[in-house]
Amino acid sequence: MTAITEKTLTDFVYAEARMLDEQRFDDWLKLFTDDGYYWMPLAHDQQDPVLHTSLLYEDTLLLRVRIERLHGQRTFSQQPKSRCHHLLQAPSIESSDPAKGEHVVRTAFHYTETRLDKQTLYAGWTTHHLVETDGALKIRLKRVDLVNCDAAFGNIQLFM
Amino acid sequence: MSKYRGNPDAIRALVRDTEVHKDTYIDQELFELEMEHLFANTWVYVGHASQVPNKGDYYTTTVGTEPVVMVRHSDDSVRVLYNRCPHKGVKVAGEVCGNTGKFFRCPYHAWTFKTDGSLLAIPLKKGYENTGFENCEASHGMAAVKNVKVYRDFVFCRLNEGGPSFEEYFGESLSTLDNMVDRSPEGKLEVAGGVLRYMHNCNWKMLVDNQTDTCHPMVAHESSAGTAVRVWNEAPEGTPKPMAVELFAPFMSPYEFFEGMGIRVWENGHGHTGVSNSIHAAYSEVPGYWDQMVAAYGEDRAKQILGDVRHNTVYWPNIMVKGPIQTLRLFKPIAADKTLVESWTFRLVGAPDKLLERTAMYNRLINAPTSVVGHDDLEMYERAQEGLHARGRDWINIGRLFDAAEKDQKNVVTNGTNEMQMRAQMRSWVKFMTESM
Repeated sequence: MTAITEKTLTDFVYAEARMLDEQRFDDWLKLFTDDGYYWMPLAHDQQDPVLHTSLLYEDTLLLRVRIERLHGQRTFSQQPKSRCHHLLQAPSIESSDPAKGEHVVRTAFHYTETRLDKQTLYAGWTTHHLVETDGALKIRLKRVDLVNCDAAFGNIQLFM
Repeated sequence: MSKYRGNPDAIRALVRDTEVHKDTYIDQELFELEMEHLFANTWVYVGHASQVPNKGDYYTTTVGTEPVVMVRHSDDSVRVLYNRCPHKGVKVAGEVCGNTGKFFRCPYHAWTFKTDGSLLAIPLKKGYENTGFENCEASHGMAAVKNVKVYRDFVFCRLNEGGPSFEEYFGESLSTLDNMVDRSPEGKLEVAGGVLRYMHNCNWKMLVDNQTDTCHPMVAHESSAGTAVRVWNEAPEGTPKPMAVELFAPFMSPYEFFEGMGIRVWENGHGHTGVSNSIHAAYSEVPGYWDQMVAAYGEDRAKQILGDVRHNTVYWPNIMVKGPIQTLRLFKPIAADKTLVESWTFRLVGAPDKLLERTAMYNRLINAPTSVVGHDDLEMYERAQEGLHARGRDWINIGRLFDAAEKDQKNVVTNGTNEMQMRAQMRSWVKFMTESM
């Protein structure tokens, strides 16, 4: 197995965002560990995803539901479909433990989601908690903090 | 030229036995009249007393479109003030919530007000001597809403001086709030878990109508709840059923389930789905909770409290309460085609955390702007808001299971797919729109 370098980690983050922008959701879901979570806190600096609600706090089962719904014939909120685009700042390695194979990467972003004539811009930062399993990097937790996490939003239908 | 202002007959003509004119959902003049009349003549939810536990604690919100501040006064009572400095109009309380101490201080010219709104001090006051200031509105301070009622910590107000008393207005419908509070072994709720705020480009009444619309879940939510059930069915046998699936699955119950669960229609537009059964009836037991309830209330009473599994209770005009999952949704009107939906949750004081966990999860899965169930619903509301402008049809149909005798009936229990609750809401709409015209 080749050693995980800084470039391996940042390439992973770029590739993950590109999968979302290209709507390769099934491939994207495979990036998560079996016990992986995708978390979008509702509060600034939120620590507790359980007794405080979030915008999203989903395991792979719920993410699977979300992805299958996007493909559904009777998913009327996706007729017509949404599209999205990530603009990422260079990721920074927050911590890295090669012995354990655990890495934390922070990436600031501007994310655009569009549907019909409406285009909405979101800004924030993503924290990837990555683990090495069988020679590959996987996401144990993807945390997405929006600058305005507590604002009143309209529909957010895709993944940041 | 206004079509509806000062014309109560034109307003009455918008609501027929089984039909409602589209203008009630799309006309901005009617929206403004709703704010002036409907939201001033009715008892409207402001907030929960647990948001202002200590003297000087305040919470800013709106009643209709009026900016208000709910504050704990020095005598420990909860007051509701219009959040507007009598001097130049500045909103005095700026944060969503905070503590203002013994008085509010306007950030513009430092006029200060006691927490009952009365004027405390003005800098350089001698400039108002011999100016007739004492005869000016400003000398009375921040205007207080006179009719405020705190019912089991739920704070409501009626902006107009005249009108029905709180008890007359809500009548038997208060039993839903009672049940939610009684579910705490200490008989107490606290706002907890965060509030989800979701902007809707549609009329506020579409959201209210939807709360007792039992013919849409299996259709509109096939994409979300239906997919959740399908994905879950593919899980290997013996996998423990996740809490999320338990919350989603009942949305896909067949028509017969919703017909059988019943609707109860009270007076003045209040009513609830889920009389004998509901989508909240079959949640797993939370360890320790039953024993706490029995210790607090005795077995019979505990059974009675937890056996009441009401689905959605509409408190007309603009909140919905779910007792069994401790949720309150507030439909804040902004314009004829814009509504802010706030979904609040409560901790049952003294009960296991697992209940708050379930409530917070329910809120996230169903009521968030990221919720797949929310996406299903909002798509329908926004399509309707645009579709209603079509000239080919002028009326919305709410005639399912109409019975001409229903108008004289009080506190009726009927088939769960009856649209009687929607009709009762619109009869109440006419009553409180025209009462003060």
